[in-house]
Amino acid sequence: MSGGSGGSGRGFALTLRVPLIVWQGLFFVGPLLFMIAMSFFLVKNYRMEEAFELKNWARMLSRGYVWDSYWLTMGLAALNAAVASLIAFPAAYALAFRASETVRRWAIFMLIIPFFTSYIVRTFSWYVILAEAGPINAALGGIGLGPFTMLNTPFGTLVGYLTLTLPLVVIIQTVTLANIDPRLVQAAANLGCPPLRAVRAVILPAARTGLIVAALFAFILSFGDFVAPYYLGGSKPPTLPILIIDTTKSGQQWPRAAVVAVIMMGTLITIAFTALWLAYRRVR
Amino acid sequence: MTRPITANRGLTRRHALSLGATTALASPFIGRAWASTTEITMLAWYGHGEPDIVGAFEEANNVKFVPKYYAGGDNMLALIAQSPPGTYDVILSDAEFVQQLNAAGYIEPLDAGDYPFDDMLHEDFTKFPGHWSGDTLFSLMVRFGHLGVSYNTTAISAEEAQSYACFWKPEIQGKLGHFDWHLPSLGMMSLYDGNGAGLWDLDDAKWEKVQATTMSLRPQVGGYFDYGGTFNSLKNGEMQAMCGIGDWITGVLQKDGAPVASVVPKEGGIQWTESYCIGKGSEKADLVKTFMQYMLSPEGQVKSAQMAAYPGFAITKAGRAALNAADPKEAERTGQVDGMDNDPITLIREGRIHYRDIPKQQTLEDWNDFWSEYKNA
Repeated sequence: MSGGSGGSGRGFALTLRVPLIVWQGLFFVGPLLFMIAMSFFLVKNYRMEEAFELKNWARMLSRGYVWDSYWLTMGLAALNAAVASLIAFPAAYALAFRASETVRRWAIFMLIIPFFTSYIVRTFSWYVILAEAGPINAALGGIGLGPFTMLNTPFGTLVGYLTLTLPLVVIIQTVTLANIDPRLVQAAANLGCPPLRAVRAVILPAARTGLIVAALFAFILSFGDFVAPYYLGGSKPPTLPILIIDTTKSGQQWPRAAVVAVIMMGTLITIAFTALWLAYRRVR
Repeated sequence: MTRPITANRGLTRRHALSLGATTALASPFIGRAWASTTEITMLAWYGHGEPDIVGAFEEANNVKFVPKYYAGGDNMLALIAQSPPGTYDVILSDAEFVQQLNAAGYIEPLDAGDYPFDDMLHEDFTKFPGHWSGDTLFSLMVRFGHLGVSYNTTAISAEEAQSYACFWKPEIQGKLGHFDWHLPSLGMMSLYDGNGAGLWDLDDAKWEKVQATTMSLRPQVGGYFDYGGTFNSLKNGEMQAMCGIGDWITGVLQKDGAPVASVVPKEGGIQWTESYCIGKGSEKADLVKTFMQYMLSPEGQVKSAQMAAYPGFAITKAGRAALNAADPKEAERTGQVDGMDNDPITLIREGRIHYRDIPKQQTLEDWNDFWSEYKNA
C-alpha cells in the first residue's frame, strides 16, 4: 500500500526532524526572543528590571559611535570575506584539479588541524609574530625595510579574521570545486578556451553556490568576532562585538548591549538571505 | 605467594581490580578530608586569590579560596547585583565603589576594633572616604597604589615624564596606549587641565574642556587594552607610553627587566585604593575576618607589596617595616622607605595625590558614553 508507506515515511522523516527543531527552538529561537525582549528592559542600580520601554533603542540608535562601529564592522567583515575568498581560490583550485586524491585528503586534514587549537592562542601567537620587534619585521629589517606597525591596526584585525576563517573558506571552496565535472574544464580547453577564461566562464559559474556560501561564512564569523579586533586591532576603533562588551561592562547595561546584538542579528540574517538568494538563483 | 607488580609485567587485571577496590573503599575518607576544607568565595581584581597571596593562609587555616575576578568597579557592582546574597564571602573593592556597595546593602558591617587602625601610615587610611557610615566601619583598606605617567624610558625622558604633556609628544604618535577604563584616563586628563583636587567635581564647562583635551589626544592613541594587553604592549615596545596606569603594571615589567617606569607628574597623580568587605549573608564572616587581619599583618602586607599580578603599597607601619626587612630592593624601588623623595606617603602629604573617585556632577554613564565616542573618534 503505497499510501500507507508514504504516510509512515513522512512520519519517520518528521520524527528525525524533531530533535533538530527542539534544539533550534531551545538554543537559538528561545535565546533570540529573550534577547529581543531584554532590549526593552531597564537597568536601575546595576540591576536589570523587566519593562517594555523604547529608551535603549532610542539611545543606541541616536549615538553616532554606534553607527561608526556598525559600518566599520560591516566593512572589515566584507573585506575579510573578499580577501579570504581570493586567497583561498588558487589553493582550492590546485587541490581540486591538480592534486591527487591522497594529497587533497591530507591537505584538508591539515586545514582542519588549526581548529583543534584555541583561537585565542592562535591570535596571541600573531601578537608575537606581528610585533615591531617580531620575526616579520626582523626579516624585513634584514633587507632594509620597516619596521612596520602591524599590531593595533585594521591590518592586524584582518590577519586575525583570516586566521579564523581562511581554513574554512579553503575547505568549502575545495569541496565545491572538486564536485565540478572535470570534463567540463577539459571540454573548454579542447575548444581552445585559455585557462583563465575557463575559470571565469566554466568554473566560477559552476562553483557559484559554494563560493558564495564560503564567503558568507567568512563574513558571518568575522562580523561577530571579538578576539581579533580587540587583541590584534587594539580595539581602535571598536567593532560591534567590542561595543557590546563595553556596554555590558558599563553599569550592567545588558539591555543596551542587546540592542546592538539585535541589530547585528538583523544584519546577518538579511545578508545571509541575500547571499543565499544570489547563490541559488537561476542565471540565464 | 603474592606477585609483585613490576614494570616488565605491567598491571595485571587482578592488581587493577584490587587497586580499584582499595580506591573505592578509601574514597569516603578522601571525600571527608576534602569536605573539611572550607571554601571561601572571593570577588576581586585578578591576582588576589592566587597562591602567592592566599596560599599560606589557606594552608594554615585549612581553607580554599574560590576567586571570581573582575576588571573595574562597574563590573564588580554588576556581578554582585546578579548574585544572591551570600554568593561572595569576601569582596575586594576599589575604595570609590564601597559607598555604593554599602548603599545597596551588599556588605556586612565590620568591628573596627578587630583591625590595626592605630598603625596606619597615614591618618586618612583610618577613616578612608566612604568606608564608614557614621561610626560603623563597612570596608577595610588593605593596599593602594599611584597612577601617573607610565612610559618606556627609551622613548620618553624622566624629565618629560614629569608632565602628562609627554602623552602628546609627536615622536610617540600611535604609540600611546590606554588602559581600557574611562575613570583613570579621564581623571588624568582632568588633572592635566589643571583641575587638581577638584578633578572629579567638574561643572559643565570643565567637563567639556576635559572632553576636548581627551579628544586632542586621540591621534596619539595606538590602542585600548585590557590587563593582559597593557602588559604585552608595554613589554614588547608596541606602546611607549600608557595612560590610565601606574606602577601596578610597570612595576611587574620593571622586575622583568623591561625599560619602563611610572612617575607622579607635576599635575598630580591618582591613587587607587583597594579595600576588603565581607559579603552580605556570608556564613564564613569569622574566617573572612581572620583573613582580613592576616592581610593587614606584617606578613600579609609584604605579600601584598610583592603580589605577582600587581604590586601595591603597604598601609601599616609594621607592614612597611617588614617589607624593608624582607625585600629592601622592592621597598626602595617603590619608594616605601622613610625619607625617600618618592615615598607614596610623602606624595600624599604634599597634596600631589588625589584619591580616585567617581564623577560628582556627571554620571558614570556620561563618562562611559564619552569614552565610547572617544574610542570611535
